[in-house]
Amino acid sequence: MIPFAYARATTLDEALDATREPGTVVLAGGTELLNWMRLGITAPDRVLDISRVPGLDRIEPLPGGGLRIGALARLNDVAADPGVARDWPVLRTAIHKSASAQIRNLATIGANLLQKTRCAYFRSEEPVPCNRRVPGSGCAAREGHDDRHALFGWTDECIATLPSDPAVALAALDAHVVTRSAVGGRRIAVTDLHLLPADAVDRDTVLEPGELIEAIELCDPAPHSAYVKVRERESYEFAIVSAAVTLKLRDGGLIDSARIALGSVALRPWRLTAAERSVVGLAPGDPAVTSALDTALAQARPVAGSAYKLAIARGAARRALMTAAGVQP
Amino acid sequence: MTAFKFSDRVDLCLRVNGLARQLNAVDARVSLLDLLREHLGLTGAKKGCNRGECGACTVLLDGRRVNGCLVLAAAADGREVVTVEGLAHGEQLHPVQRAFIEQDAFQCGFCTPGQVISAVACIEEGHATDENEIREWMSGNICRCSSYPQIVEAVKAAAAAGNERIPNR
Repeated sequence: MIPFAYARATTLDEALDATREPGTVVLAGGTELLNWMRLGITAPDRVLDISRVPGLDRIEPLPGGGLRIGALARLNDVAADPGVARDWPVLRTAIHKSASAQIRNLATIGANLLQKTRCAYFRSEEPVPCNRRVPGSGCAAREGHDDRHALFGWTDECIATLPSDPAVALAALDAHVVTRSAVGGRRIAVTDLHLLPADAVDRDTVLEPGELIEAIELCDPAPHSAYVKVRERESYEFAIVSAAVTLKLRDGGLIDSARIALGSVALRPWRLTAAERSVVGLAPGDPAVTSALDTALAQARPVAGSAYKLAIARGAARRALMTAAGVQP
Repeated sequence: MTAFKFSDRVDLCLRVNGLARQLNAVDARVSLLDLLREHLGLTGAKKGCNRGECGACTVLLDGRRVNGCLVLAAAADGREVVTVEGLAHGEQLHPVQRAFIEQDAFQCGFCTPGQVISAVACIEEGHATDENEIREWMSGNICRCSSYPQIVEAVKAAAAAGNERIPNR
């Protein structure tokens, strides 16, 4: 780790002022940043610790049944919130499956969305071609091990995926991030937060320098929601594929509306919007649900070594949909 | 204008195992784990992977279990840390420590300080009600000797004993 200077902000305005200076990175939970600095993924001159800025960890109801989660709320605190447990089970499950209890006590919900890919070449301790590490150096995964890579939205420059679990749940909840910068702030749909390789490989998100996530907002409650994570071991592992589903059900249990998001298949949570439309009016266990998922997944363009993930994606989405409906998968 | 100053050396004051510790001009890059091991001589918390994957460095920070390798010492300024060295009262071992001995819950012992601290927290959080819950909530502590069945038994036994506590708080 190369030397850096440290400071701790006590207000958000102070932090916004200091982060505008080039070479400054923000420290929240630290579970990603410390490893980035060890690997040389980032080599900042200045680390600004915002973890004690008061009020940014609050979780509070919004008028109309929504919820505002401060960006610095710890993952375990979000999952333990009684409102989240009752009304947003998809988010609670995604958090519980996201990392170890120790990491979830440190990591914040806002910065979880800003984690970087787990592509082994990107995280390599030895220099290997990676356009995200060294622009123009190439993509070692393209010719190498490509079995944990993208089904959607990749280019020859980068075939990586976003590993966040909460991001997938938040995408299926149509959640928004609320940002602040020295010149104002904005609301960004979680589904629009991350950039795909076709947009850029030198940036991960649409956030501008000096723009910080202040909160995440959930709109209406989603009691019929579920998260399924498929991985090589049952706990404390990154996903091969994950799926988040939120449903509204009619009397009698038919699907009135659905939101279906896949994780670890692209550099952003991937909504299956065509399938969401096709399943309206179906019973959750109807074989036509599987057909709708198949049709939507036929749009995928998997990298060769990751084609096996399509079948897992279909199964995970189907299982999440049935679990959300309260039907035994 | 900002009210704080960036510095590559930091002065720290924190409570470790109940004692106030003052450290001056610590390199800003030092992790909490390295502060404990290299600056305070507390080598109970182990450096396994040094990237948050193995849990051998687990300590309590303000009463919550965290990976010491993922916390900057600078960010722990003013906080309360408990390591495995802070669990016993003199010769009187903590109930979780006794349970690990009684259940033979270690072989080489390298992961044990992290396992014990994590177990203390796991019980305190209320996440030790059955075997599946213990396995899930202890999954951040890797044991390369694979003593998992005995570790689960130890956590279960200590939780059942009902006399768990986090000391020095």
